[in-house]
Amino acid sequence: MNILVFLIPVALGLGGAGLALFFWAMRDGQFEDLEGAANRILIEEEEDLAGRADEKKEVCR
Amino acid sequence: MNAPANPGVPRPAESLDSRFVVPGMRCAACIARIERGLLELDGVEAARVNLSAKRVAIRHGPEVDSEYLLGALGRIGFEAQVVDLESVPKDDGESRMLLRALAVAGFGMMNIMLLSVSVWSGAGGVTRELFHWVSALIALPVVAYAGRPFFASAVAALRHRRTNMDVPISIGVLLATALSVHETVIGGDHAYFDSAVMLLFFLLAGRALDATMRDRTRAGIGALLSRMGKSARVLTEDGSTRNLAAEDLEKGMVMLVAAGEALAADGVVQDGRSAVDNSMLTGESAPQSVREGDTVLAGSINLGDPIHVRVTAASSDTAIAGIARMMDEAGQSRSRYVRVADRASRLYAPAVHTLALAAFAGWMIAGAGWHQSLVIAIAVLIITCPCALGLAVPAAQVVASGALARRGLLVKDGSALERLAEIDTALFDKTGTLTQGEPIAAIGHLTPEQKAIGLALAQSSRHPLSRGIATAVEATGIRPASPTAVAEVPGRGVSGLLGKVPVSLTRGREDRASLATILSIGSESVEITFTDPVREDATPTLDALRAMGVRSRIVSGDRDAAVEALAAELGIIGEGGKRPESKLALLEALKADGHRPLMVGDGINDGPAMAAAHASIAPGTASDVSQQAADAVFVGRSLMPVVAAVAIARRTMRIVRQNFGFAIGYNVLAVPLAIAGLVTPLIAAIAMSLSSLIVVGNSLRLAKTGSRP
Repeated sequence: MNILVFLIPVALGLGGAGLALFFWAMRDGQFEDLEGAANRILIEEEEDLAGRADEKKEVCR
Repeated sequence: MNAPANPGVPRPAESLDSRFVVPGMRCAACIARIERGLLELDGVEAARVNLSAKRVAIRHGPEVDSEYLLGALGRIGFEAQVVDLESVPKDDGESRMLLRALAVAGFGMMNIMLLSVSVWSGAGGVTRELFHWVSALIALPVVAYAGRPFFASAVAALRHRRTNMDVPISIGVLLATALSVHETVIGGDHAYFDSAVMLLFFLLAGRALDATMRDRTRAGIGALLSRMGKSARVLTEDGSTRNLAAEDLEKGMVMLVAAGEALAADGVVQDGRSAVDNSMLTGESAPQSVREGDTVLAGSINLGDPIHVRVTAASSDTAIAGIARMMDEAGQSRSRYVRVADRASRLYAPAVHTLALAAFAGWMIAGAGWHQSLVIAIAVLIITCPCALGLAVPAAQVVASGALARRGLLVKDGSALERLAEIDTALFDKTGTLTQGEPIAAIGHLTPEQKAIGLALAQSSRHPLSRGIATAVEATGIRPASPTAVAEVPGRGVSGLLGKVPVSLTRGREDRASLATILSIGSESVEITFTDPVREDATPTLDALRAMGVRSRIVSGDRDAAVEALAAELGIIGEGGKRPESKLALLEALKADGHRPLMVGDGINDGPAMAAAHASIAPGTASDVSQQAADAVFVGRSLMPVVAAVAIARRTMRIVRQNFGFAIGYNVLAVPLAIAGLVTPLIAAIAMSLSSLIVVGNSLRLAKTGSRP
């Protein structure tokens, strides 16, 4: 049963770390703009595609 | 990938932050255009778009002011409004707090369960005591933190000598924790930490769902009265102008109102001629031409040339502010509405307390000793704690609001769904609600050349009729001609030269019932008429409402003749010429007769009626005020979401009642066991999870209604 001395703190520590990470994410504003985050991956980098800038406007209704 | 748009620039000490609402942004391309367009400007250090809130935050140097930024946003192609940094609502505080509490309760629940399972499976002696102690160490801070929303609400209710759902929850959780601590200290068999924390977790899940649903729609809806001009340029005695905030304007001042600006106060035109768009105030779609001596109201938009307006009523005395006050008062009755869950708990809480007390007294009389009697009484409290009840309503409502959102209808909160389910009469505004609200030009009889010229002229004006022509011609794919010397004369029209030929778009004859414009090319002229078409599915919508037992009628601020024609076409009663206060009076009369009216409207003039109605729905094109007053907002050209709203709301209430049935049925089975003293923590935990799962599963059935037509 001595293993419990390690296992219980490990379980608590992992859970606590997850909790701390969630708190940090909320304070840092990670959940401020969920829709924006989903859409930002669709933005193409301007440098490589300067010529296609006009096409992109069509996408936006 | 989501780093601020230009993270490399260090922040100078004197830079300022400004925020703007940009209602028109919808997709990734908009984000990219706004952020890149703004960053190209001198003086702008950073720009960050928040798509969910439709806001853009700009950090800029002191040499750039908000008007310049508004202009820049306009050139990029987006209409924007300044957000006062102070007025940015901190309304998401509640849901954040609930989410944090939920995370803490989840953490505690997992760890305590881990320990409890080994106790249930037979751990004994020192191990059990150790596990109880560790559980206590986790549970005490978790209960203290995650229980705060319930404790606070229970204390507030008790202070007002009322009781709500949170009172039995708080008593149950606190007693269970206290008893478990006692058991741990004396080395007893059973500790209820797992039940207490699990109860908090399930209940917080329900609360967090409820709060998320409210926030989701609130984020998209703009601030009250943002239509009214926020500031005005005022002429001073020495002839110069200065900017004054709307609330600092005084009677007698002279405002200079540029084209496209909203008026910040009521007044009389002193100099200049123009046309104003009054549609937000009166519901009348045609622009009104104004000249010296005419009265203009705050909130209307100057469409033509700059005018000088002498202020006759400012800030809280304006007509629009009066409407806002009326809405405020009308909305009071709605805040007295009691949510289904609270109505249930009014009966439920006393019953549970009586039962627990009776169990305690009964076992004391039977001679079980105070310790065992208390354990049994607490078991009764825990097992009856409205875990399933707490989830019964929010789970169903969140699933239903998701189903409605897929059909283009955003419901503001759960109370709105409950009220929508109860309505028996529907009142529709005409312009912008039953109709599309934008004049559509009939251009079928024009030649392609005429269309090209008409488009070129129409594009240079912001008059609603010009926009109607431009939209109609653009849809045919015709490119505009390129006339020169294009000029707009307010109240008359647009003119220009095509080569040597004079071309113009001028207003039609006054005496006609419908709106019309005349397009002249040289000596030829052709008339373009406009209609404000009824939404395509207006008739099926009204039929579907009738089939559900809801009677419909039209109340409009528009002319009687126009309203009666439409009412006859749709086969319902219609009344025109209604002012905001007469609409409100009609609503009150209906309510006094015992009806539960639904108001569907879009203008500021509908605001008070919408606030007073039992439930209200606004189209997405409605004024901010109406969207604010409405319980739900629908987007798109279809009117069917109104029917879907009522139908799904009614279905939701059926599911909620079933959920209550399950929760009560479960109690009927479990309470005798608890009173008989047969409930161990294991049974309590299983029963609680099972009843919650059944309730959530039953609610998920609502999701299917979203995919059906």
